[in-house]
This record gives sequence, structure tokens and C-alpha cells, in this order.
Amino acid sequence: MATDGVFDEMFGRDGHARTPYENIARWLAETPPDQFESKREQADLLFRRIGITFNVYGSSAGTERLIPFDVIPRILAAREWRTLEAGLFQRVKALQMFLQDIYHDQHIIRAGIIPASHILRNDLYRPEMKNIRLPGDVYVHIAGIDVVRVAEGEFYVLEDNLRTPSGVSYMLEDRAVMMRLFPKLFQDNAVAPVDHYPAELLRQLRSVAPERAAGAPTVAVLTPGPYNSAYFEHAFLAEEMGVELVEGQDLFVRDDAVWMRTTRGPRRVDVLYRRLDDDCLDPLAFNPDCLLGVPGLLSVYRNGGVSLANAIGTGVADDKSTYPYVPDIIRFYLGEEPLIGNVPTYRCGRPDDRAYVLEHLPELVVKETQGSGGYGMMVGPKATREEHEKFRRLILDDPDGYIAQPTLALSTCPTFVDEGVAPRHVDLRPFVLTGKDGMAVVPGGLTRVALTRGSLVVNSSQGGGTKDTWVLED
Amino acid sequence: MLSRTADNLFWMGRYMERAENMARILDVTQRLSLQTHGGAHAEWTAMLALLCAEEAYAERHGAVTENGVAAFLTLDRGNPSSIWSCVRAARENARSLRATIPVEMWESLNTTWLALRDLDETALQQRGLREFSDWVKERSHLFRGVAHATMLHNEAFAFTRLGTFLERADNTTRLLDTKHYVVEAGGKDNDPAAAYYEWGALLRSAGAFRAYHQTYHDVITPARVAELLVLRADMPRSLRFCFDKVTENLTALAEGRPLESERLSGEFGARLRYGRMERILNAGLHDFLEEVLDRIAAVGLQISRDFLMIV
Repeated sequence: MATDGVFDEMFGRDGHARTPYENIARWLAETPPDQFESKREQADLLFRRIGITFNVYGSSAGTERLIPFDVIPRILAAREWRTLEAGLFQRVKALQMFLQDIYHDQHIIRAGIIPASHILRNDLYRPEMKNIRLPGDVYVHIAGIDVVRVAEGEFYVLEDNLRTPSGVSYMLEDRAVMMRLFPKLFQDNAVAPVDHYPAELLRQLRSVAPERAAGAPTVAVLTPGPYNSAYFEHAFLAEEMGVELVEGQDLFVRDDAVWMRTTRGPRRVDVLYRRLDDDCLDPLAFNPDCLLGVPGLLSVYRNGGVSLANAIGTGVADDKSTYPYVPDIIRFYLGEEPLIGNVPTYRCGRPDDRAYVLEHLPELVVKETQGSGGYGMMVGPKATREEHEKFRRLILDDPDGYIAQPTLALSTCPTFVDEGVAPRHVDLRPFVLTGKDGMAVVPGGLTRVALTRGSLVVNSSQGGGTKDTWVLED
Repeated sequence: MLSRTADNLFWMGRYMERAENMARILDVTQRLSLQTHGGAHAEWTAMLALLCAEEAYAERHGAVTENGVAAFLTLDRGNPSSIWSCVRAARENARSLRATIPVEMWESLNTTWLALRDLDETALQQRGLREFSDWVKERSHLFRGVAHATMLHNEAFAFTRLGTFLERADNTTRLLDTKHYVVEAGGKDNDPAAAYYEWGALLRSAGAFRAYHQTYHDVITPARVAELLVLRADMPRSLRFCFDKVTENLTALAEGRPLESERLSGEFGARLRYGRMERILNAGLHDFLEEVLDRIAAVGLQISRDFLMIV
């Protein structure tokens, strides 16, 4: 079942079902295949009916596509999850402190851990944020940390998503659909619930409201609109939290405050969970051509009249060029060793690293430091010779713009594909919430699966699917 | 509530109702055309006039034919009032309301849209126009039923209902004027036998055939049909009923504020409440109906001023 040399979540390396998967492996063996086929069709129908679709960039405006859902769950034992959870809290906590520091005293630069130019010349560093005091010193209220596994007990962080990470609605809907299709599985397995995510999110968002609004702050979700690829999620979260889903056109700035236009006149907004990039937030301060935001928002924000989640300027901490420094960031602020490591990373800006990368292109994964969603990357072993050459030129033209990593043997998980059940590579994106009074993470996260045989790219924009993720309770 | 949300709710209600009304207009036209012998296309021409769509039609389909008009009103993507376009618009509005409307409501509307999206001309012809119209009406009934049974009966519900009843008033007005346009388009007039069938067809397309008989226990006469569809308080598609509902919802939304939209609607409602059919008929039904259309437009405009464009 398992592919050679690759760790399989269900069968490990020796083909015997691992403890957390024992029940599911039996279920998989005992259920007749045609029953799965009909359940898969039902799942498809359910997703289409609830309209969980996403828009694909680059195809004609508003094209909706269904993200493939796989009915075989990905499972983590309670013990595995405890380790992961501690590692995630540690990492996000350090990154918060890092952001607080670089926008204030910059100890980390003075200590020589990260070169000043690396931060100050990064496009994602926002000088507008210098010396702005945020409620609770929280910058990243919602973090999506991409974790991969290569062996029993061996996890790595592949990427930190600290701007507007998406996918949590799939985590919730996958579970809802799974419970509807296979209620018995949940009787037989003690699966930790995830449905309280929206309530937890709302609690954290309220905790960072400006002091003036203490008591009953007004929270709203700010979306770029129905044509955004993650619009479904924005609407879903607003609905689940019971708050307004607003677009830039619904808001305006007056008297150092942000207001929504309502049928009964203007109403003040205290916390915006914004799913809009920094660049688009305020045409007066950032990109004047992007009209999705609210003119004047930045000045209200700087004066503490409204809270934004996440804060402006967090991109500098999840940039792929900052990623290699994260273990040092953890050591510097917390005085601890990272509980979850980084994937070894070569920075093409360093001559030695660059020489190595150029020599080993066919073995490495090369990524644009500012790319996301699986765009602007090359998976060496799967790429053609022309692509190797293309990336060689790209790296030589702009060495600082690229990093490279060894091609990891990401773990696989059995998945329904055209030829039956076969191992496919997976990753995991848990969502870590931070508020004024602490941190929270719901057990599990979103498991993405690369549906193409051998593919390591799990992004939904590149044909990836999702699975329900179970954390078993002890 | 966000002004934009109110706007989306209002138009979701309007477009869904409009889709149903298109099906009803299509239905009455087909019934009428079956009664004319000799193949004149007066009914189909009249219908286009009724919808103020003669030019748009000519541009897209040329000469008036039954198939052409049916295609124009059902699946024509270039016609903003086709059933296809109306359901699509209702669904697009609903899509922006995902955080506001109940899941079941979205699912029902989305299911309607998906079925319609996948329908092509050939499949439609196989199914038959009548059968298709019935399906559209059924989906619209379902939409209102789901709204009624799952939405909180609050502001959001009121805006949806406003859209529904304003659009329905518009439709009833146009249906009642069918006869006028048929005559204008060269159809026969003053043939009592034909009149029975014509007004009967109109009643059926308004779903009011049985209501007529239960109310009047007598033969179908134009004056009574008009009374039923204009003045009756208990007839859900009558102008009186629609205006009462519009006013009622505006009163709820106003919460004591003096709103011009409520006044405009209430004032006209009072005319319908205390008016007499003979007076209206003597002064000319067509002129009266023209006036109704103007008032519906004025109320619609004032609703945007009162709720949707205030800062």
C-alpha cells in the first residue's frame, strides 16, 4: 500500500495499520466499494448544494469550482496532537514577539540575529506600523501554520501563514459532511470536536477591541466581495459568528471612527476581521488603484479607533525569506529550542547556498519568497529541463527572491482516486488563534491532499483536495 | 442591517417573483394563443409589448414566433428578464447574503439555479413549456415557503417580502392589461365567447380560477375578474393585497419614523381599499393600470432613498 520510502499515515512503513488508524482501516476493508462510491456522490452533491465552491484565479471571472473532498479521514493520536499543539503555540508566540519587536525597539536586529536590511527593505515591512501600540500586543490573531510529516514523530513547519490564511471553513464543513455521511464512525471513534472554532474566533476578536468599546464591541468580517476565491469562507465565518459581512463600500470613516452603512443609519465598527490584503485596505495610504478598501482606515487604525485582525504588516514575518530565521526567532525571544523544526532551507541570496542550489536544481523545491498558493514554485524532480533552466535564470536575476528546500518525502494517506484507494501526499494546516488573554487552537486543522499521483502540491488552486482531520481523544 | 444587505434581500425577492411571473405570463400567452385560430401572432406580440421588450426581442430573434418568444423569455441569457436571468440574479443576490439568509434558503435557491443552468433549449422543448412553467412556479413557491418557515421574521424578512409584493403588484398589473395589448396588436375584440376563454385564461395564469368561482359563483365577466385582481383584500395576487403587504412591511421597517415610501404605498393602498370597480372601469382600466405601474416605480425608488442610500 505505501509507496517506497514514504511514510504512510495509515500503514507507516511496514504495511500494518498504525494504532490511531486501526478502526478506520478495518472500516475501509469491510465496507463494500460501491457503498463508498455512492457516499462520495452524496458528498459531492452536498458540497455543491451548500455551494462550497471557490473561485479560481486566472479563469474567467467568477468561475466556481468544487474542492474535491475525500471521505477517508486523516487521523492524529492525542499524543501526537499534544506535541504539535505545544510546538504551534511556541512558534506563533515567538512570531508575535518578533513583529512587536521589529515595529518598536528592534532588539533582534541590534542583537545581530537578522540583518536590518532584510527587514527594513522587505516590501512587506510597513513603516506605517512603527510604534503603534496594539491591544494585547497581538499582531497575528489568526495563523495558519502548514505542517508536513516525513516519519513517525517527525513533523516540520513548511510555511507560516500570518496574513489572511484561509481554509478553516473546509475544516468545519468537511467534518459536518463526514458526520452526516458516516454517523456511526463517530460513535465508534472518540473524535475531538472542532465546531466551536467560530465561537472561539469571535471571543478572541472581541478581546482585542479598542478599550472604548469594552463590553459590547461590534465585530465585522471585511471581504473583498463575492468574486474573491475565499468568499464562501468569509460569508461562512460571518454567519457562524453572527456578525455582519461587510465590503469596503459598506464602510466609511468619519470622526476618527469606522462606520457601517445600515438601514437605520451609520453604526460604529470596533473590530474588523479583514480578509483583504494590506495593499487594498486603504487607497489613501496604500495602493490607490485598489478600491476594495476604506479610504482613511489606516489613520483610524493608527489612532486606536478600530482593531484589525490580523494587524497590518504581518507579511514580513511569514515571508519565505524570513522563514529560515524562525528557529532563531524562537530561541531569541523565548530562550527555548523549537519544538517543531523548519525544513532545511537554502537562501539563494547567500553565495554558498546559491551555488549549491544551482548545482542541485533537479533535486530541490525552489520557491519565490513572495509567492503563495503554489504559484511561483518549481518541484525539481517533477520539473522539465526547460523549467530547471528557467528557474536558474530567475535565481541568477534575483537571488534574494528565491529559496530552495530539499524535496521532502511528505507522508501519504490512503485516498479515493480513479483507480481505487491509493496513497496520496498530505499536509496539515492547523489554525492558531491569539487574543488579549491567550491562545487557542481547535484540535486538528485542514488536511490538504495532492490528488495527482506522486504530486507534492496540495494547494486547492492547483488541484488539491481536502480530508476531514481527526484528533482522537485519549 | 447593512444597506447593501437590505438591497440584496429586496432584489432577491423581486427577481424570484419575477421569474415566477414570467412563467405565468408565458402560460397565459400560450393559453390565449391556443384559442386564436388562424395562426396570428397577436398574443405573442402583445406579450412583448406588455413587457416593453419589443425592441430587445427584435434585435435578438427578429420576427415574432411562438418559439422565438418562448426562447426569449425562458433561457435567453441576453434577455435580462428571461427566467434564466431572473433566477441567476436572485441567486447572485443570495450569494452575497450567505451570512444573512438561512442555509436551507440558499440551498433551495442554489438548487433551482443549478437545474436551470444545466437546461438547454432541446431539453426544454422535450419537457414542454407548460411543464417548465409549472416547475418555475413550484420553485418560486418553495422559495417563499422556505423564507417564511426558516427566516427570522425580522428586518431581513421584511425586505425580502417588500421585493416579492412590489414585483407581484407589477405583474398583476401587466397581466390585467394583456387584453388591451392584444387588441392593440390586432387581436379580436368584443366577441363574448372569446372573452370567456380569454379572461378564464388570465385567471388560470394568476392561479385564481377557483378563487373566482368561490367568490362569485357566476360566469366569468371582465368586470369581476378585474375586481378580483384589483380590489379583493383576500386574493393574494390582487393589487390591494400586494399594496397592503408592502405598506405593512414598510410600517414594520419604519419603526415609527415617518418614511415617504410608506406614505406613498399607504396612500395608494387606501384608494384600492375604498375604491369602486365601476369607477375605475368607466375611467378606463388601461389608464388606471398605467397609473399603478407609475406608483409601483415610485415606491421602489423611494424605498432605496429611505433605506439603501442613507449615510
